[in-house]
Amino acid sequence: MSATTAPTTPPPAVKPAKVETPFRRLVSEFCESKLALFGLIVFIIICLLALFAPWISPQNPYDLAQLDIMDGRLEPGTVGGAGFTYWLGTDDQGRDMLSGILYGLRISLTVGGGSAILACAVGASLGLLAAYAGKRTDTIIMRLVDLQLSFPTILAALMILAFLGKGVFNVVIALVIVEWAYYARTVRGTALVERRREYIEAAQCLALPTHRIIFRHLLPNCMPPIIVIGTMQIARAIALEATLSFLGLGVPITEPSLGLLIANGYEYMLSGKYWISFYPGIALLITIVSINLVGDQLRDVLNPRLKK
Amino acid sequence: MSVYLLRRLFQAALVMLAMSVIVFIGVFAIGDPVEILISPDADQIERERAIRALGLDLPLWHQYLVFLGNALQGDLGRSFVFNEPALQLILQRAPATLELAFGATFIALLIGIPLGLYAGLKPKSPISSTIMAGSILGFSLPTFWVGLMFIMVFAVQLGWLPSTGRGETAEFLGMRWSFLTRDGLAHIIMPAMNLALFKISLVIRLTRAGVRETMLMDYVKFARAKGLTESRVIYVHVFKNILIPVVTVVGLELGSTIAFSVVTESVFAWPGMGKLIIDSINVLDRPVIVAYLMMIVMMFIIINLVVDLAYSALDPRVRLENK
Repeated sequence: MSATTAPTTPPPAVKPAKVETPFRRLVSEFCESKLALFGLIVFIIICLLALFAPWISPQNPYDLAQLDIMDGRLEPGTVGGAGFTYWLGTDDQGRDMLSGILYGLRISLTVGGGSAILACAVGASLGLLAAYAGKRTDTIIMRLVDLQLSFPTILAALMILAFLGKGVFNVVIALVIVEWAYYARTVRGTALVERRREYIEAAQCLALPTHRIIFRHLLPNCMPPIIVIGTMQIARAIALEATLSFLGLGVPITEPSLGLLIANGYEYMLSGKYWISFYPGIALLITIVSINLVGDQLRDVLNPRLKK
Repeated sequence: MSVYLLRRLFQAALVMLAMSVIVFIGVFAIGDPVEILISPDADQIERERAIRALGLDLPLWHQYLVFLGNALQGDLGRSFVFNEPALQLILQRAPATLELAFGATFIALLIGIPLGLYAGLKPKSPISSTIMAGSILGFSLPTFWVGLMFIMVFAVQLGWLPSTGRGETAEFLGMRWSFLTRDGLAHIIMPAMNLALFKISLVIRLTRAGVRETMLMDYVKFARAKGLTESRVIYVHVFKNILIPVVTVVGLELGSTIAFSVVTESVFAWPGMGKLIIDSINVLDRPVIVAYLMMIVMMFIIINLVVDLAYSALDPRVRLENK
């Protein structure tokens, strides 16, 4: 291991590029696992595919003028009426599955990622508040967390969507309500330890405003667990959104996510037309596994207990 | 202890009451049942008669009080669609869901424990790394998609198992069960296996961690020093001790297994409570939604209560902390 962290008389700025910042150390430690690096690369590719879907997909699956109903339910590899090959087959509307998956990825990633970030903001703020304020505020917030965590996620999400109805926005709300408690609990645990440290005391002695102490001093020191949970929760949110959409409670048919694409193929499954459900499922699986691989390694790298 | 018990019971009742308000108002907000249930060609008089018959003309708080009063007597309203008491409708479907959940738990233990035992005893072997990689996959795979793939492979392509439904049932203790007939058993294997997938991964990890910890204990060393055979050390001394945490966790997970059966039941058209709630949400059958949610909330409150009480009975620190 490099021993450059020792604070004994730093050499007079030879190469500023070689300074070991926490971020660089994180990167080099993360890269020690080839599998995690592979997961990260795959995830970046998936994000790029989703981002550039309108430019790389063979057709726009939402543009009805481009669809030919005569091309419906074609097997993978068939050349369609429009002259290009449907590499992953077509669905019942004659929609190219590859294009459908690329556009579906956009919705799955937006809903999953967006809800994870929102849940993180809500949960981490409440967790910090609970730890910093203590007493009654702490009790109330943690009771809510306990209540939330005592119900399985799928059930709570089902309940909320039964009230709110379908829709992308409603799914995001449901996912945030289901997930904030995980962040709140973890952040509170870390923040309780951090707030007894001297730097918080010093900040308090300087009479800094409370919000400044919480967000500028306490929050940055609680980041490692937030990053780990955040990564894992993105994967969970994507899977949950897919499940809800499959049950017909998630995104509307006009904005099909991967889960809805799989649901659409369900009825054709029994007649042996596997590709309508199979390929979107593979895309979903690769996305979730790649995020989990990254999260697993981040947990090992950021866990201070595993440091030597 | 009795003070703690009373306080905990009071808390549980309070949560139940709060949930009943949330569920009632929430379900009320989702749409106008008049639009859905009364045919659009019905004339004004017919409409009003139907509204009065369903009690939809009363103010919301009044509807809630009527609902609460009836709920305390075990009456959670009649289904708009089936025109049967909602609670009865749900309880009729409960055996199917329970059967599925217990089947899944049984499969999880049957497969998970031997694999976890192997991975714990030989952590370096390639088979063990395969088992552990498989368990990560079990956590990552979306349940509903695996269910579809099961149908595709075993029902459509190989034709070994029936794809959907519950099959023939036989009566036992006054209820209909699938697992007592050959046909029913063939129907339950795939859904139960599907629901078990996540639990198998959990059991593998728990067992493996338990074995690795237990193998270092003094009593294992002592058993070896006594000259017992390796198989006796493992199957009698180690096995018994890892079983306690595994069975506890799996037992606690039973509630979430029942909740997750919503997904599996939808995939395999298994006529249980989960399929009923999804169908009811789609047609906005309010009484059934309310009754299902109240029942499941009550189930979880009871599970949590029992767990808390059991822990406080076993561990005095829990009681003291709550003083």
